[in-house]
Amino acid sequence: MAPVAASSDLSFYIHIPYCVKRCGYCDFNTYTPAELKVESSLTEISHSYIDLMMREIEMARAFSDAKTVPTIFFGGGTPSLMEPADLGRVIATIADHFELSPDCEITMEANPDTLTLERLKRYREAGINRLSIGMQSAVSHVLQVLDRTHNPANIEKVVGWAREAGFDEISLDLIYGTPGETMDDWRASIEAALSQDISHISAYALIVEDGTKLAAQVRRGEFIIPDDDETADKYLLADQLFHEAGFEWYEISNWSKPGSSCRHNVAYWKGANWWGIGPGAHSHINGRRWWNVKHPTAYRERIEEGHAPMQANEVLTEEEMAREEIMLLLRLPAGLSIDSFNPAQRTALEDFVAQGYFEQDPWEQGLLTLSRSGRLIADRIVRELVL
Amino acid sequence: MPAIPLAKAPQPSQTNPAQIRNFCIIAHIDHGKSTLADRMLGITEVVEQRNMRAQYLDRMDIERERGITIKSQAVRLPWRSGIDGQEYILNMIDTPGHVDFTYEVSRSLAACEGAVLLVDCAQGIEAQTLANLYLAMENNLTIIPVLNKIDLPAAQPEKFAQELAKLIGCEPEDCLRVSGKTGAGVEELLDQIVKQIPAPVGDPEAPARALIFDSVYDSYRGVVTYVRVVDGHLSTRDQIQMFSTGVRHEMLEVGVISPEPVPSKGLGVGEVGYLITGVKDVRQSRVGDTVTNYQRPTDKALAGYKDPRPMVFSGLFPLDGAEYPMLREALDKLQLNDAALVFEPENSAALGFGFRCGFLGLLHMEIVRERLEREAGLALISTAPNVVYTVTDDGGNELIVTNPSEFPDGKIMKVEEPIVRATVLAPSEFIGAIMELCQQRRGTLLGMDYLSEDRVEIRYTLPLAEIVFDFFDQLKSRTRGYASLDYEPIGEAEGDLVKVDILLQGEKVDAFSAIVHREKAYTYGVMMTTKLRELIPRQQFEIPIQAAIGSRIIARESIRAIRKDVLAKCYGGDISRKRKLLEKQKEGKKRMKMVGRVEVPQEAFIAALTTDDEKSKEAKK
Repeated sequence: MAPVAASSDLSFYIHIPYCVKRCGYCDFNTYTPAELKVESSLTEISHSYIDLMMREIEMARAFSDAKTVPTIFFGGGTPSLMEPADLGRVIATIADHFELSPDCEITMEANPDTLTLERLKRYREAGINRLSIGMQSAVSHVLQVLDRTHNPANIEKVVGWAREAGFDEISLDLIYGTPGETMDDWRASIEAALSQDISHISAYALIVEDGTKLAAQVRRGEFIIPDDDETADKYLLADQLFHEAGFEWYEISNWSKPGSSCRHNVAYWKGANWWGIGPGAHSHINGRRWWNVKHPTAYRERIEEGHAPMQANEVLTEEEMAREEIMLLLRLPAGLSIDSFNPAQRTALEDFVAQGYFEQDPWEQGLLTLSRSGRLIADRIVRELVL
Repeated sequence: MPAIPLAKAPQPSQTNPAQIRNFCIIAHIDHGKSTLADRMLGITEVVEQRNMRAQYLDRMDIERERGITIKSQAVRLPWRSGIDGQEYILNMIDTPGHVDFTYEVSRSLAACEGAVLLVDCAQGIEAQTLANLYLAMENNLTIIPVLNKIDLPAAQPEKFAQELAKLIGCEPEDCLRVSGKTGAGVEELLDQIVKQIPAPVGDPEAPARALIFDSVYDSYRGVVTYVRVVDGHLSTRDQIQMFSTGVRHEMLEVGVISPEPVPSKGLGVGEVGYLITGVKDVRQSRVGDTVTNYQRPTDKALAGYKDPRPMVFSGLFPLDGAEYPMLREALDKLQLNDAALVFEPENSAALGFGFRCGFLGLLHMEIVRERLEREAGLALISTAPNVVYTVTDDGGNELIVTNPSEFPDGKIMKVEEPIVRATVLAPSEFIGAIMELCQQRRGTLLGMDYLSEDRVEIRYTLPLAEIVFDFFDQLKSRTRGYASLDYEPIGEAEGDLVKVDILLQGEKVDAFSAIVHREKAYTYGVMMTTKLRELIPRQQFEIPIQAAIGSRIIARESIRAIRKDVLAKCYGGDISRKRKLLEKQKEGKKRMKMVGRVEVPQEAFIAALTTDDEKSKEAKK
């Protein structure tokens, strides 16, 4: 059995469903003021929204018998649109009802446009101790396709402020495979990220999701989706350059300096328990998954009526849990041991090893670590193993 | 009043042949035959106004929906002539209009002495009009030319009267003008039918001879056989015999259709009606056969009987393999009423168990397919239609090939394919486009005639194989819809034909093989390999796709091995969805067919093989 966090632990994910503008490729559960048709300022929204979240935290306390909170993650949307004091209130409320672990990791995702030195200091004071900044690319024309508003030069400034404000753990998010991005553009973005004083990088292949502005543009022929093989090459380049710069991969799309992996995300992959607060947030506790209603207004109504904001749930069968385990742990180096597999699966594994999709050394020690080429076809491998 | 109440009219088996007129209506699709028939039913008061519904005689749903007549009917109409005031019995035999059913048409014509040639005078003469006209002339029928739809603003009766007259060899003023819709001219038409069409002639004392011109299975009554009595007499208590099989049957019931079945004591010379013998299978009551009296049989059958031969073959497979028994049952049921439909089990490595079916033509095929889908609720995959080839191998052995996979592998001496004579009618501005199309389809020009200043008739021989797929569509689109097509089989001709196989990673996929003309082999090969390259998902190894004639590769594509198959993000909110996708893919794998090491999804077979039905259905109308 893969290691699972002690069940007296409960992580929290807090979803902030607001953005000033929707990026062309985004299909997250987020809303702009125009979409919400609200007159209130973001400050007012921030305030009233936080009040609702308190109530959900209370529900979590009532439902769960967990003791310790090892990680908290503010995601979105744009969490950095919320007032630092408001996010501070959330952290304080969680701390009140549960016990924050001494080294509790508290992450906030941020859009560089929303940050100033002053604001960063206040977030730090409120309790945030890890920052994840959406950089995406260092190249203007790529940012344009992605419909991002920030100036690439801001990244350096913002990272500098974050350090000054007292953040030791800073992560940058990158996207590759954007229409029009050359290999050189990508290399430039990687190098720009690596030249910052950061401890963690995430890099994702762009997926054109249905219903997004980008999808419509692709459909109209304004943009052409790049060739899969080229996108594969970009992953390989990133992995190589990250490795050379001292960032090791600890998940297919995540690299960090030693000791700086994002423990909150690792909790997802290791099947730990967490509670998702906010509209559309997902949760998992002991084999039960559920998710909240998506729209902020619906969320508000539920909470105000004193009801749980749950939309639907699923109780996982043994089989489903086993599938998830393979699916998730394969994404981590040495995430799975050969012992967990039956003879038929082991034959498939041997085949993959022979083709170079797993690292030889871990294999000899009975552990599965995907090689660079193996990571690229991880889903295929999972499909074979699970069948 | 010209109409005569049925009870007062001359009765079946007691009618003087001199009072009988047997006629049919020949018309192109949509030229108003059924509406005219409705009008006749109404005017003779055989159907009361309140019971009338449009296109009364079209019984099958499909016929009514598509506005076409497939099965024949024979209706007995009493009529008092406006010319001489005498009572007459008019038997209207409604013929199927389409070339696929030419055999049935010619049998119906043999039951008549005259034909009303109906032409829509807003559209003019069409290919089918001509085809049936020639048939009628071959059967020595008296032709009454009639221009229909004179009520339409676009009607041009003078113009088409000229054309029609030239065609038949009469005067323009001999062409009657009617409107099936308003009823204008219909009474006069009935009078002319009485006047111009000769009465049937036959010997009442001779051994009974009656021609079967239709045979329909009814779930309550069994097979209902439609006959025209030529000599002698058929009565209820007779024992009858089918000339072709010699089998004896009881005559359970005999009668006329007026327009519903009305039992009578019998049928006499020249009369048209139905028999019920208790048989359950239309193949025991064959169209074109002669019915005679068992106790006093005739020794001379009426005009030769011939098994209608299927011209076009197609594989039919249930989309869901588990529905194979249902498909078989549905085909059995259809065959009860459709002696021309043939089928036998077929197994494709790609598509599973199904049937190879034979049809009289494309329309027949479409109708059968539609009935299977609609009446039996089956989802079907049909493979591209192919024709029957006769292959003579090196040893001189002849092999009939209905399925490309039956094509022998060894050395071939010759291959023969069915050919047809096609007649195209179109405005003369499209002559070039039509000739180019026919040339492309390996046609040989037979001749061309101007029907009028701006309409031309072009005749070609063409291989049937070139027509079965999308010839009609192409013809229509190159002539902006104005051209009409008719064709009839005229035997076989030798052709430079080869079998093209498609291979995946070196393995032949039987479902994709085709027999094509050598000159088209390359095009076919490129088309299939290109199509498959798009349809087959990338796999862990490179997949060569090849088209080959024997061992010679003529086209090649390749599917690159996949290098990226991973979802970048997998966070808390993604897990459930991703797992469900994985489970769905697991199910999807079960529907994969393995061709060697290559996984080919069911959808790929379907897309590569299914004929483009929507387009051709639309064009057929």
